[in-house]
Amino acid sequence: MKKTIIALAAATALLGTGTAALADGHAKTKACFIYIGPTGDFGWTYQHDEGRKAVEAEFGDKVETAFLENVPESAEAQRPIEQFARSGCNIIFTTSFNYMDPTNKAAAKFPDVKFEHATGYKREHANVSTYSSKFYQGRYVQGQIAAKMSTTGVAGYIASFPIPEVVRGINAFILGAQSVNPDFSLKVVWVSTWFDPAKEADAAKALIDQGVDIITQHTDSTAAMQVAAERGIKAFGQASDMIKFGPETQLTAIIDDWAPQYIERVKAVMDGTWKQQDVWHGMDHGSVAMAPYTNMPDDVKAMAMETEAKIKANEFEPFTGPIMKQDGSEWLKDGEKADIGALLGMNFYVKGVDDKLPQ
Amino acid sequence: MDVWVSIILSVCAASTPLLLAATGELVVERSGVLNLGVEGMMIMGAVCAFAGAQLTGDPFVGALFGIVAGAAFSLLFAFLTLILVANQVATGLALTILGLGLSGMIGEGFVGQPGIKMERIDIPFLSDLPIIGQLVFGQDPIFYASIALVIAVWFFLFRSRKGLQLRAVGDSHSSAHALGIGVLKTRALAIVFGGACAGLAGAHLSLVYVPQWVEGMTAGRGWIALALVVFASWRPGRLIIGAYLFGAVNIAQFHMQAQGFGIPAQFLTSLPYITTIVVLVLIARNRRLTMINTPAALGQPFVPDR
Amino acid sequence: MRIELIKRADASPLFSIASPFIALLLTMIAGVIMFLLLGKDPATGLYTYFVQPLLDTWSLEQILVKATPLALIGIGLAVCFRSGNWNIGAEGQYLIGGAFGAALPVFLPGVDTWVLLPAMVLMGMLGGALYGAIPALLKTRFGANEILTSLMLVYVAQQLVDWLVRVPWRDPKGMGFPGTPSFPSGAQMPKLWQYADAHYGLVLAVVLAIIVWFVLSRTMKGFEIAVLGSSARAGRFAGFSARRMTIFAFCVSGALAGLAGIAEVSGTVGKLDDKLSLGYGFSAIIVAFLGRLNPLGCLAAAFVLALTYIGGENAQIAMGISDRATRVFQGLLLFFVLASDTLIQYQVRIVSTAARSA
Repeated sequence: MKKTIIALAAATALLGTGTAALADGHAKTKACFIYIGPTGDFGWTYQHDEGRKAVEAEFGDKVETAFLENVPESAEAQRPIEQFARSGCNIIFTTSFNYMDPTNKAAAKFPDVKFEHATGYKREHANVSTYSSKFYQGRYVQGQIAAKMSTTGVAGYIASFPIPEVVRGINAFILGAQSVNPDFSLKVVWVSTWFDPAKEADAAKALIDQGVDIITQHTDSTAAMQVAAERGIKAFGQASDMIKFGPETQLTAIIDDWAPQYIERVKAVMDGTWKQQDVWHGMDHGSVAMAPYTNMPDDVKAMAMETEAKIKANEFEPFTGPIMKQDGSEWLKDGEKADIGALLGMNFYVKGVDDKLPQ
Repeated sequence: MDVWVSIILSVCAASTPLLLAATGELVVERSGVLNLGVEGMMIMGAVCAFAGAQLTGDPFVGALFGIVAGAAFSLLFAFLTLILVANQVATGLALTILGLGLSGMIGEGFVGQPGIKMERIDIPFLSDLPIIGQLVFGQDPIFYASIALVIAVWFFLFRSRKGLQLRAVGDSHSSAHALGIGVLKTRALAIVFGGACAGLAGAHLSLVYVPQWVEGMTAGRGWIALALVVFASWRPGRLIIGAYLFGAVNIAQFHMQAQGFGIPAQFLTSLPYITTIVVLVLIARNRRLTMINTPAALGQPFVPDR
Repeated sequence: MRIELIKRADASPLFSIASPFIALLLTMIAGVIMFLLLGKDPATGLYTYFVQPLLDTWSLEQILVKATPLALIGIGLAVCFRSGNWNIGAEGQYLIGGAFGAALPVFLPGVDTWVLLPAMVLMGMLGGALYGAIPALLKTRFGANEILTSLMLVYVAQQLVDWLVRVPWRDPKGMGFPGTPSFPSGAQMPKLWQYADAHYGLVLAVVLAIIVWFVLSRTMKGFEIAVLGSSARAGRFAGFSARRMTIFAFCVSGALAGLAGIAEVSGTVGKLDDKLSLGYGFSAIIVAFLGRLNPLGCLAAAFVLALTYIGGENAQIAMGISDRATRVFQGLLLFFVLASDTLIQYQVRIVSTAARSA
């Protein structure tokens, strides 16, 4: 069941001195991954693991990969990260926000190991990089589709935690929807979890009963898709293509494609060119992709593809004014683009969200 | 009106696993045994039901797997507490811890697979009736099983000789033993019945509620079932009220959020648990009510003299 | 064939000591079977789980870090269980303890003196004790079942702490992410040595184990606990109050769980965040039983349990054995402990049915 993780003989190698990867390619480069969920969640962790597999496929026997799944997002994470560093990993990807402090602490102890932390912002040591993707670009496209497809003019959003990344997604979605239908509104339910199918299903049911006819989510399971399928409404997949959970339900899905990023960074380690960086790639870099547009009329599909193409070509940015905050005050003037700081720390709703942001 | 029907259907779905597990536990406790391992048996039922359905392609076979798994798992508890006279509280906890781990291992290969849903029944014409059609004639088979089970358990406990014997064992095992009732046998059967019910409750989760296997998907429902038994003061009829009250609170929290009430989500999430505590206090305060129904020998081990 | 138990006149001293070891041995045997079923080499598996982490100082230190909260909570639970009270909600008391202690640096930003940490530790213990007192009072005042109320309070505590770190206590500079600001150095539990992960919480655990052991075995209070634990009626004849004992036991175990919480917050994490709850309160139940409800035994048991955690991670990295195996080990361990404990009070005989006289 478990994918071939490590070709290590057994225990002894674990604690031994790790083989340092040499730029001349004599030794294998070892890339290690820390996951928040199970690799089979068909959402966030699944996609990171796809990225890991892509690294293996790209470099063949020049690399060796390993992963730990279900690592709690807390100070607890530091031990497994250090264990990886001690076991000879050359580059370690820590793939959830709350691995931020443990990653930086471990980086201080292992200056020769490269650390790549997803979705964070702290780079306290020269051997820590951060990376993320502009998932919100895909949310904007989803919002546009939702406004076209909805008859009630209300969509439902199953949200996990009120952190900037999630708030950004909600805002981008409503902005996209309002670009099609200015009166469109959005109901949000916070489930306080990334992954709890029963709870996500209950939230989806409640939203549908409240009159929404499109469901989107920022949680990782496929439960909401299944509920939407059962109730005969449409929904968007999250993090990975969830079409097999709702063949007649999924409109599209935002697919996180980490493969280009992972291949690039592992290669940099091999070549000895790895440098600290902070990247926030979007559709232009291929790290945010849309699943095929399905279950919608051709004109909606055409609109979605056009928007996607514009974002990809950097001709359009969802957070461009005029944008009003939820209370009606102005946030961005006409034509003004949000600066990156405002996006990274976003903690307010834009107009049209029918919810009070928990804070 | 349709909205209310679908809300009630959601409540039914949320309440059914609670009702099933609680009914089983009620019988166990009536026999004088406190099995805190409901959560563990439930999750074993959930994973085995899912595995059974995936392997055979039939959700009903899956449900059977779930029942058998729950019952088999409860045998461990029966062996430890009845034969080896181990502490019931601790053994129940062990059952829960082991169940959560073991189910994760069994289910490893099933994570992320779309499950086979046990469909709602559909009776031509009757299921299409307005309002009651869906509620009375259009739910999933396990829902009907849960209601039937409560009635059967009521009948068994209070209208049959065997039921009287079971209650006698729960009230005073020494007197029951003196009367020639097989105390250990009665308790063993009750425990296995409780396990089977918890297993079916788990099957409902992984075959009806969310047709998937997810680690830890019982998410504390087994513990709520235990609280429900006390809530119902060991009366089967009251279990239905309790289970549906809980299901309703559980669903209501999402509706309150979707309405945009602006109450912290954390407060709403903790509502069912706070409700349990309040109810436990209210029930316990009513001494008369509790005294009559509480199995007097609950939690006390029985070692036959020889 | 059937199993027959014969009650011993006195508890067997041999099995009192041997039973945890028998349980460990049985767990290992079950482990061999599990590894075989998983298609892994059992020898390597057991070595990775139970031996290898003991062989280098880094792993040993990690075990000690992990054992600290388990030992603290386990010792408190031992007192509670001995007195016949079932506190299943240590996880909640641990969380509230952490939050109470964290309140000081949160409400006194800029204050950084040596008094801060001792005050936080006391606050943590107070918070845990108060939260533990709730199920105790509900039991003594209203007769509500303490097993269920203490457990329900775990879920409430989880939500409460979650709310605290997301809303009122959230670090304004944390870009909207949950968690309090990082504590000043005066609010952090000092490490045992430079660059260590192990902190003084471990010392507290050892000291408290000795104190509690002394109280239980050498004082009147210990006798009272033992008498009330074996029979509330006997306790009444001796003039002890079961009600007061319930409150006492819950407050003690709550205080120790709260101490574990604040030790974890100030020693390991350095701030209060939304990821404090890791199930130590539940694992500590295994610790209490494996330690035979003896505080010193709990120390050893916490070490064994921590070993399974660290060994489990080793096994995941080196052999691809999933982390669920660790929980199976822990569940089995508790089962075997309970089963072996039977040997203390009873002689077990296997009788063939044919020979059995009615």
